Amino acid sequence: TSSSGQTKSKKTLAKPNVRNIVVVDGVRTAFLQSGTSTFKSGLCKCKSTSVPKEVVDYIIFGTVIQEVKTSNVAREAALGAGFSDKTPAHTVTMACISANQAMTTGVGLIASGQCDVVVAGGVELMSDVPIRHSRKMRKMMLDLNKAKTLGQKLSLISKFRLNFLSPELPAVAEFSTSETMGHSADRLAAAFAVSRLEQDEYALRSHSLAKKAQDEGLLSDIIPFKVPGKDTVTKDNGIRPSSLEQMAKLKPAFIKPYGTVTAANSSFLTDGASAMLIMAEEKALAMGYKPKAYLRDFVYVSQDPKDQLLLGPTYATPKVLEKAGLTMNDIDVYEFHEAFSGQILANFKAMDSDWFAQNYMGRKTKVGAPPLEKFNNWGGSLSLGHPFGATGCRLVMAAANRLRKGGGQYGLVAACAAGGQGHAMIVEAYPK
Amino acid sequence: MVASRAIGSLSRFTAFRILRSRGYICRNFTGSSALLTRTHINYGVKGDVAVIRINSPNSKVNTLSKELHSEFMEVMNEIWASDQIRSAVLISSKPGCFIAGADINMLAACKTPQEVTQISQDAQRTFEKLEKSTKPIVAAISGSCLGGGLEVGVPAAFDMMLTGRNIRADRAKKMGLVDQLVEPLGPGLKPPEERTIEYLEEVAVTFAKGLADKKISPKRDKGLVETFYLTELTAYAMTIPFVRQQIYKKVEEKVQKQTKGLYPAPLKIIDVVKTGIEQGSDAGYLSESQKFGELAMTKESKALIGLYHGQVLCKKNKFGAPQKDVKHLAVLGAGLMGAGIAQVSVDKGLKTILKDATLTGLGRGQQQVFKGLNDKVKKKALTSFERDAVFSNLTGQLDYRGFEKADMVIEAVFEDLSLKHKVLKEVEAVIPDHCVFASNTSALPICEIAAVSKRPEKVIGMHYFSPVDKMQLLEIITTEKTSKDTTASAVAVGLKQGKVIIVVKDGPGFYTTRCLAPMMSEVIRILQEGVDPKKLDSLTTSFGFPVGAATLVDEVGVDVANHVAEDLGKTFGERFAGGSLELLQQMVSKGFLGRKSGKGFYIYQEGVKDKNLNSDVDSILASLKMPPKSEVSSDEDIQYRLVTRFVNEAVMCLQEGVLATPAEGDIGAVFGLGFPPCLGGPFRFLDLYGAQKIVDRLRKYEDAYGKQFTPCQLLTDYASSPNKKFYQ
Repeated sequence: TSSSGQTKSKKTLAKPNVRNIVVVDGVRTAFLQSGTSTFKSGLCKCKSTSVPKEVVDYIIFGTVIQEVKTSNVAREAALGAGFSDKTPAHTVTMACISANQAMTTGVGLIASGQCDVVVAGGVELMSDVPIRHSRKMRKMMLDLNKAKTLGQKLSLISKFRLNFLSPELPAVAEFSTSETMGHSADRLAAAFAVSRLEQDEYALRSHSLAKKAQDEGLLSDIIPFKVPGKDTVTKDNGIRPSSLEQMAKLKPAFIKPYGTVTAANSSFLTDGASAMLIMAEEKALAMGYKPKAYLRDFVYVSQDPKDQLLLGPTYATPKVLEKAGLTMNDIDVYEFHEAFSGQILANFKAMDSDWFAQNYMGRKTKVGAPPLEKFNNWGGSLSLGHPFGATGCRLVMAAANRLRKGGGQYGLVAACAAGGQGHAMIVEAYPK
Repeated sequence: MVASRAIGSLSRFTAFRILRSRGYICRNFTGSSALLTRTHINYGVKGDVAVIRINSPNSKVNTLSKELHSEFMEVMNEIWASDQIRSAVLISSKPGCFIAGADINMLAACKTPQEVTQISQDAQRTFEKLEKSTKPIVAAISGSCLGGGLEVGVPAAFDMMLTGRNIRADRAKKMGLVDQLVEPLGPGLKPPEERTIEYLEEVAVTFAKGLADKKISPKRDKGLVETFYLTELTAYAMTIPFVRQQIYKKVEEKVQKQTKGLYPAPLKIIDVVKTGIEQGSDAGYLSESQKFGELAMTKESKALIGLYHGQVLCKKNKFGAPQKDVKHLAVLGAGLMGAGIAQVSVDKGLKTILKDATLTGLGRGQQQVFKGLNDKVKKKALTSFERDAVFSNLTGQLDYRGFEKADMVIEAVFEDLSLKHKVLKEVEAVIPDHCVFASNTSALPICEIAAVSKRPEKVIGMHYFSPVDKMQLLEIITTEKTSKDTTASAVAVGLKQGKVIIVVKDGPGFYTTRCLAPMMSEVIRILQEGVDPKKLDSLTTSFGFPVGAATLVDEVGVDVANHVAEDLGKTFGERFAGGSLELLQQMVSKGFLGRKSGKGFYIYQEGVKDKNLNSDVDSILASLKMPPKSEVSSDEDIQYRLVTRFVNEAVMCLQEGVLATPAEGDIGAVFGLGFPPCLGGPFRFLDLYGAQKIVDRLRKYEDAYGKQFTPCQLLTDYASSPNKKFYQ
């Protein structure tokens, strides 16, 4: 996949009078299907062990479904992982691009000269999500706290009804539309006329490439993690290349009975964590590190959460290229978040449509779909898994490692997120 | 308002329906004429599935006309005869409409009940054939599917008794009316509506194939009737004749109560169902077609069809597109009317400023808007998120900030000329040149309000009816100086707010209030003559008015009624006389202002359903008592004294040019004032029942009471030439 021989629109994306920001390294736990093995509290202890902890100026973590007890999970994890208690930490949340938000927040702190060294990452634990009492039950419990006399308490308790006990699960649906993401993906695939077969083929590709990358030892960002009371996990456990025949047997998961999105062509609920050490270039060099990549221009976009929920990459890609002064031809590796096969393929079709560009994006022409031979070559969220808050760092590290391995210069990372938002960033390989 | 309710659409979801198939029989292929171009219907074949597309030319909707019907039968016969075709999909090419029911013009053109019966029997045969189709047929429905359209799409729903309700697609699925729902798609590689129809067709074709291949079974857990109307036990009970008789009796009583015997159709429908159950379906179908024929010839049918056409007319902007679209609206006064106007504006996406003089007044108004939207959430017509998004279009404030961007200001402050002058001057100091100033008033002449304006061509009247979010009518009032573009702008805003619009000339009471005033004067006289308010209410509702006359005064507000009566009384003098205004004045002085103050003719209490008479009014009535005149005081006379004064004044408005057309007069009377819909409005009423009969009535009452009942010139003209009709 090397295209280093090609002439680029720009030799580098370095800008005069702006600090270069580098990724020194990034790591992640293996991504595990939810419920297969439970990380307990020490989850985010994944850390670049070689870094002297006291040089870290700031820690930022992304997460989506928050545990009430650890609403600032970044701080708790940092303390638990042995970082200095003098290092401040905060948590960010932006659905599936929470880790991306953590990274770019770090980039902002370094670029503005506030910090030199930032640890950014993300964590998600779908095996254990907070389940609340119903609103009625909560209200009664809170009122009981305030009730002073026994009489008051009894009269409150007399209002208790059995249905108060039915619990509230965290919403998996869009707040604004009450539509689940899978349902929206199915409608999106239908809107772009993406067939079931195309989706299954794409999912099979993702699993096959992930398996190959795993077998060839390319997923080098994984560090072993000992789950207390259980085995040490070292490998992503959701990679399962199947056959098109097997996949064709599955029933639609969301729009029944005629939809096209199935369990096999969707990303699955995943536990996992990732982290990255980012620094000002001069600081990294002064400390004797050999950085892996530069973090360059990035954009966030947002659009209609009902009908364009998952089209973030389509909107973000041309925007970030324009900002960086690059074209699709300059990009050597693409790392897109794969929420659903149908979503990726719909994005491809949207990016390849002049009609869509003109009518919905206010652009004169299409940006074009990424060439498949440069796209997610080491697997993607469909096969590796997708811990909501942690995927962003995995995408950037995959892009950086692929650039190093293949000798390319520019990587484009893009992702969609709940709420109809999206993100894209250019990663530039650090010269060897 | 029956006609208006029958028009509407299945929105949001598209749906499809599988017809029951009863085995598959091979027939000889008799040569295809599929390539023949037809006007309303075309079909193509996808594999072994025929896709029948309905698309009536030059119309926004498909209606069941004779042509469509015969083309449809042609196509179906070809499909049934074809060896290659194993199943069919029925779909409309028009986004938003499957079949909107029978063609009203076709029915209206029929001269005899036999003609209508014939049409009905042809349709029955078609539906029967569809039901017995040897090949599965899938109806893919997107948008409105009404009346006969529903029968085409859903024959298995057999003989539905339609009450004219709108059923949303998700509800239709729950009821078992449809088998599957397809949700509309967003943007893709072509416009969403186009792709959604395409997708609906694709899904329907898959289902049709599946049915023909027996991979999908069309069975439902429970039939429609079993699920919704009858449990097993009641199904058994229905086999006992005595129980059936009791049920018929109960249903008839209920319908009789709801329609007050004024609408013949519901009772006939029950008759037909009875015949069907007691004497078998053939007798039932025969009776259905005959009764349908009879009904189509009734005055009620003609009145309602007339209202339908009038309403279509009043949903158009005959003044053309305004030069500038109104995007920013400001409403002055957050009272009942102001907040109501704001509500129907924000939910159509208009950015609206609601300004009041006090924080309490403003808060009350904002709460009213919120409650109006929240009620829709409770009815599941809106999500709570959509409610919040809509509510964010509203800005409440106490000052004139942002008025420099307003395209239109609608004032709904208290009905007081000097106050209206004050706000007009204040507003004109802050609004841009193009901004329209509209006054919501029920009686103050617009030219008097405009007298202090620097730009009278931009001043217009917009008379809304309370409650604004429920009442469909908007009466727009133009003065001699109002420009055409200002009128176009006001009509455009009204249409956007979902209103049915009549445009009338300025004058005291315009059209609606002016018709109501003499009738109200008669109401007072009748009360003074000793008819108690409850009796009066029942007399008016049994004539077809949706609200009784005494209740109406309470609803409008006794003070408002008094105010208007005084104003118009001064202008029109003796013609508007009758009852003594003393009654209203004394009620106002005692604080009996109607529903808003909790007491009027009736006592209003939160949570109490049956309202009681306010006995304190008795003494006032006693002190103002007048002897009734026995020759004009029968129940029927009382009803006609009210209606003839109304009708006479309406014709006078046409005579004076306040009204441009009789159609607007009818729409205004029915949709704004509750004139009995079964009579079609004052002008339709005159056409159907004869102007002479009304003039005779007026003369009789004139003898008893004098000038108030003198028929106007135009009315006597029509009476003296029986061939002259308001509707030609």
